[in-house]
Amino acid sequence: MPNVISQDGSIREDNWVVVPRPAEGESLDIPADQPALIPADLWLAGYEHFTGRQDIGVWFDSHDEPEILEGHVNELPVIAVNFPKFSDGRGYSIGRLLRERFGYVNELRAIGDVLLDQLQFMKRCGFDAYVLRADKDITKAQKCLNFFSQGYQAATDTDVPLFRRRAS
Amino acid sequence: MYVYDEHDRQMAAERVAQFRDQTERALAGELAEDEFLPLRLQNGLYVQRLAPMLRICVPYGMMRSDQLRRLARITRDYDKGYAHFTTRQNVQLNWPALEDVPDILAELAEVEMHANQTSGNCIRNTTTDQFSGVQSDEIADPRPYCEIIRQWSTFHPEFAFLPRKFKVAVNASEHTDRAAIQVHDIGLQMVRNEAGELGFRVHVGGGLGRTPMVGPVIREFLPEMDLLTYLEAVLRVYNRYGRRDNKFKARIKILVKALTPEGFAEKVEAEWQHIKDSPTRLTPEAVQRIQAYFTEPDYANLDNATDLLASQRFEHREFDQWLTHNVDTHKKPGYAIVSLTMKKTGTPPGDVSDKQLEQIAELADEFSFGEIRVTHQQNVVLADVRQDRLLELWQAITPMGFGTANLNTLTDVICCPGGDYCALANAKSIPVAEAIQRQFDDLDYLYDLGNIDLNISGCMNACGHHHVGNIGVLGVDKKGQEFYQISLGGSSHHDASIGKILGPSFARDEMPQVISKIIDVYVDKRTEEETFLDTYRRVGIDPFKERVYA
Repeated sequence: MPNVISQDGSIREDNWVVVPRPAEGESLDIPADQPALIPADLWLAGYEHFTGRQDIGVWFDSHDEPEILEGHVNELPVIAVNFPKFSDGRGYSIGRLLRERFGYVNELRAIGDVLLDQLQFMKRCGFDAYVLRADKDITKAQKCLNFFSQGYQAATDTDVPLFRRRAS
Repeated sequence: MYVYDEHDRQMAAERVAQFRDQTERALAGELAEDEFLPLRLQNGLYVQRLAPMLRICVPYGMMRSDQLRRLARITRDYDKGYAHFTTRQNVQLNWPALEDVPDILAELAEVEMHANQTSGNCIRNTTTDQFSGVQSDEIADPRPYCEIIRQWSTFHPEFAFLPRKFKVAVNASEHTDRAAIQVHDIGLQMVRNEAGELGFRVHVGGGLGRTPMVGPVIREFLPEMDLLTYLEAVLRVYNRYGRRDNKFKARIKILVKALTPEGFAEKVEAEWQHIKDSPTRLTPEAVQRIQAYFTEPDYANLDNATDLLASQRFEHREFDQWLTHNVDTHKKPGYAIVSLTMKKTGTPPGDVSDKQLEQIAELADEFSFGEIRVTHQQNVVLADVRQDRLLELWQAITPMGFGTANLNTLTDVICCPGGDYCALANAKSIPVAEAIQRQFDDLDYLYDLGNIDLNISGCMNACGHHHVGNIGVLGVDKKGQEFYQISLGGSSHHDASIGKILGPSFARDEMPQVISKIIDVYVDKRTEEETFLDTYRRVGIDPFKERVYA
């Protein structure tokens, strides 16, 4: 069961399972007794079957287009974004688009190669749950989420950039 | 010049604390080498051939005398007593110890300096014309916009892990481009539209390196207030769609080429429609607030010192030469723009000692309102010198080694640190620069040759901007031997172009002779008013080939 870090740095356990994309010709292997995150396009393909279920969420890979879920995002209890390598920054754009453009309000979870020093960026881009890579020291997450007390830009966490705060 | 407020100070201090923590975790083995790599790079720290190298940011090249003095102290306390001005208006230290870097950054933060995003796959220091604010032909002072971009790009949460590095340059002069904007990832040319409103012509996808390209225009007029939202749209398209599978194809120029400039512009336009009215849109108050930091210094009311300078020129022939070459016209009567050349033969281009940094600080205080600008040609500018004090200044700088009257001539070489220092280099670059400087030591001959950009890089990464040199030199490695490939016809100015490769490369000891032959062809073929580049463009590469490979 993964430990999940919240935006405030607190740690909780949960049992969401990430279901990998099935090989060509195979079907999704969704566990019967656990909530599951499935590839977003497959959720859409099985829309009639999946929509409204509180135990089914989706995940995007970093090269996926979140646009495919426009208009449906809030039907999902959890959306996860995979960072295949911590240095792959596409997930930050996906996070902001889901939140700021498509108005997603439920849990946005970072999965994959999630390290301590990237948490601050994920937080600002709308992620509110982080599954840290297992070998990293989860007790340092809170500190790493809070090195900065403010930022220059508007992002998901604030729509008031510093130049507007200075003016007021 | 921009001065930090409590917000800037707080974030600078938090950044130092963060890097201290990251360095401790790296030294304790909690961060793998590849995990620490982007963190240290985004704090300016490379691990190089001989030691780490720290690249300190000089936002758009502006520095105050107290900052120069602090740099001098840092080079003494933590390094070997010298520093290097880079081709992107920054400063590098060549020998700091890794564990000292957090302390160095803390010392820099005390004088409102940092090394943020001077390396790594993020938005780098925004650069501009070193004559900004003091020349008469600019649309508006570009520095406030550079500062606005600096703040927006600093620790931007969405763009800290781009496919590759990302460089923005701004130019405001109508007739010249000293910022080489067309060979940047984004080049912003300040313009006014027919209604007289201020804005930017946007070039995207220029760059040097392995695949040199002149950046096409993707938007003819971007209104001033839309600057940041549009940049954000460009960066988002790049972040999402730029290639990440191959480091050599990851720069935005490859994406722009793949999509075509029109296709890329459409994607940006579509993205921008969503965010153009977001709170990131600038406000007149926000722009004015930053502009207020770049107001004119307290100029005296003067007339041009024409007669005085004429008689001083008559008395001192070398002063006359220096005035002609290293001093430029200022927008204010009675003032002049002085370029201090860091190109004394025998000293690596751009290198300065701690003493020299302090000397420059003193010159700035004494002659130019305490400020200097670093140029991408690796020189230093005193932007506001009284004409009636030019002789005094010239007499002061000559013994310091800053008075070589070779600005923009063949021996005002742009040169990367090369194989002497840099782990990436294939070949040394500094000895080539020096050999050519020695070959062409006759100033009168140099003046007769006129402006020639000679740019030398020790490898494909092109820190010495060789592709846009009128004469470009690239160090290459052939079976462990250092060779040098020559290209001709490059330009980084308004008429930007990428140089053409002349032919097979040469050994280092052949280089001065080869450059002489190239110059001879120019001298033979030129018409009276032609520069080297003009002649090259008229006669083409063949006459040069024939002479050099005869």
